[in-house]
Amino acid sequence: MKILVVEDEQGLREAIRASLKKEGFLVETAEDFHVASEKVFVYAYDCILLDIMLPHGSGLDLLEELQQAGKSENVIVISAKNSVEDKVRGLALGADDYLTKPFHLAELNARVKAVLRRNTLGGKEEVAWANVRMDLDNRLVFIGDRPTDLNRKEFDTLQYFLLNPNRLVTRTALAEYVWGDHIDQSDNFDFIYSQIKNIRRKLKQGAAAVRIQTVYGVGYKLIHR
Amino acid sequence: MKLLNQSLLYLFVPLFVLISAWAVVFYFSMLDEVYDSIDDGLDNSKLLIITKAREDASILNRREFEEGNYAIREMPRPAALRVTDLYQDTLMYMLNEEDLEPVRMLTTAFELDDRYYELKVINSMVEEDDQIENLLWSVLLLYLLLLVSIALINNLALKKLWQPFYRYMGQLKAFRLDHGGPLTGMNTDTEEFLELKRSADALIGHSREVYRNQKRFNENASHELQTPLAVIHNKLELLLEGGRLSEEDAAAVGQVMKTTSQLIRLSQSLLLLSKIENKQFFDNQPVSVNRVVRRVCNELEELLAHRNIDLDYAGGVEIVVEMDPHLAYILVANLIRNAIFHNHAGGRIQLIFASEALTVQNTSAGGELAVDKVFNRFYRESSSRKSSGLGLAMVRAIADLYGFRVAYRYTGEQVFCVRFGGREK
Repeated sequence: MKILVVEDEQGLREAIRASLKKEGFLVETAEDFHVASEKVFVYAYDCILLDIMLPHGSGLDLLEELQQAGKSENVIVISAKNSVEDKVRGLALGADDYLTKPFHLAELNARVKAVLRRNTLGGKEEVAWANVRMDLDNRLVFIGDRPTDLNRKEFDTLQYFLLNPNRLVTRTALAEYVWGDHIDQSDNFDFIYSQIKNIRRKLKQGAAAVRIQTVYGVGYKLIHR
Repeated sequence: MKLLNQSLLYLFVPLFVLISAWAVVFYFSMLDEVYDSIDDGLDNSKLLIITKAREDASILNRREFEEGNYAIREMPRPAALRVTDLYQDTLMYMLNEEDLEPVRMLTTAFELDDRYYELKVINSMVEEDDQIENLLWSVLLLYLLLLVSIALINNLALKKLWQPFYRYMGQLKAFRLDHGGPLTGMNTDTEEFLELKRSADALIGHSREVYRNQKRFNENASHELQTPLAVIHNKLELLLEGGRLSEEDAAAVGQVMKTTSQLIRLSQSLLLLSKIENKQFFDNQPVSVNRVVRRVCNELEELLAHRNIDLDYAGGVEIVVEMDPHLAYILVANLIRNAIFHNHAGGRIQLIFASEALTVQNTSAGGELAVDKVFNRFYRESSSRKSSGLGLAMVRAIADLYGFRVAYRYTGEQVFCVRFGGREK
């Protein structure tokens, strides 16, 4: 899978590139409008991460060109402007998703994988790792072949881990994913903790080949048992 | 006090004094003239009578006035020599009026053939008296008329003159920085008003420019802040993930990361708050508050269960409000989250849907909050850093944007109420 990261800020570009490489993707980068515009029309990418504010031009203009070329459906717009108009415009121009800076790397992984899943012909809405498999359409979980019962939030949480196996998933990333936007209070970590406890128990009961490891008190990691 | 009435007041007080003084002076000078003319007549009569007496001595015996207008009485010389012409007002019985009527009487003395006589000449003042009374009334009438007409003319003229001003004021009152075009012109030749309009237009232009800059600044500040925050945050994630840190270092990095997360949340909340306050959300449409509440509660179902908090609904009124759906969600979600996070395990939340008002009532671990501060930014009941202190501030900002009223009271439970009907049209 080949991914293009269009981002002018070097630090962020490098971080995204490093993170996506860990997922085994082939990553190319572009730091301004001209380079990006050249690359997108010369090479084919499975997913393009596109910053809106770029030197020499707007990411939205590039998106418009991509749409005219019929190549906009695998674009994730990244913007520091959490503005409704930009979001609406980006999605209207055919972008698959819109991600607001700053984001968690785990969130980026989840979004990229969703795009790749959707744009794969005959792709099933399914994520799997080791002997754990989740059917996203029907919200079912299987450990081996046996179905396991998870409540709604547990399902969302486990899905997030399966999209980020072997990666650090911070508690804040989980909280935001599970709670959605505009979380004001952050003292809901005890809830996250109890969710994790339940999932751990259910994974163990189902004899899953994976387990959730606590990482330095900031988050968790899904690893092979 | 309106300018109109003020100018009237300024006009009236001096006018009142001036015209009153003038009326008094006028009245007395007219009175003086009338007396002067009567006295002249009496004087003339005196001379005629004396001349007549020289020719016809019989009139010297007229002791009483009877049908004539004079009376003569002989008097001793020394007394006569002391007499000077005396004009005086007195009363005399008049047949035609059947009453005592005022008369003007001249008392004088004259000498004829070495004998001395006292002469009294009278002139009825009935006419003159009426005239003076008429005069008084005329003056009063004139006085009143003058005042009334000045008031009327002043009113009309000022109203007409100030009309462009009031119309312009109306426009200024309705003026909003964030929408609407420039103000329409002022249809006037008055130099001061034109000057006012020029100044107001300049001020508005300047304010619009500042407002545009402010908006741009918000966006730019957001961009400038979010990207470095993203770099810090993502680099820290990679650092922790690398697994090459000692336990101690990792804990420190974890702490930095938590703080960074707080910073991110804070900057995003502040940005959202300033966006609300800058009225950058306006996709107004009818929103069912009940539906938004159901959605939020549905999302929070597991957390409520986890905390063992009971949720009750009361009052089944359907509240529909014209507002931005996203803001409606934030308003409701912040209220309900607040009720959950400041609750105790096993507590209770009651949601009451009344006509045009949503009340969120919850049990809480703490006591009464500061009524005047609870909706302020960064107000916290304790020094806890766990909450950003912006949730309720956001509720109020949204309420202010739409003219809703938010209220807090403590009844043993925390009660927050939003009245959606508060909008003034």
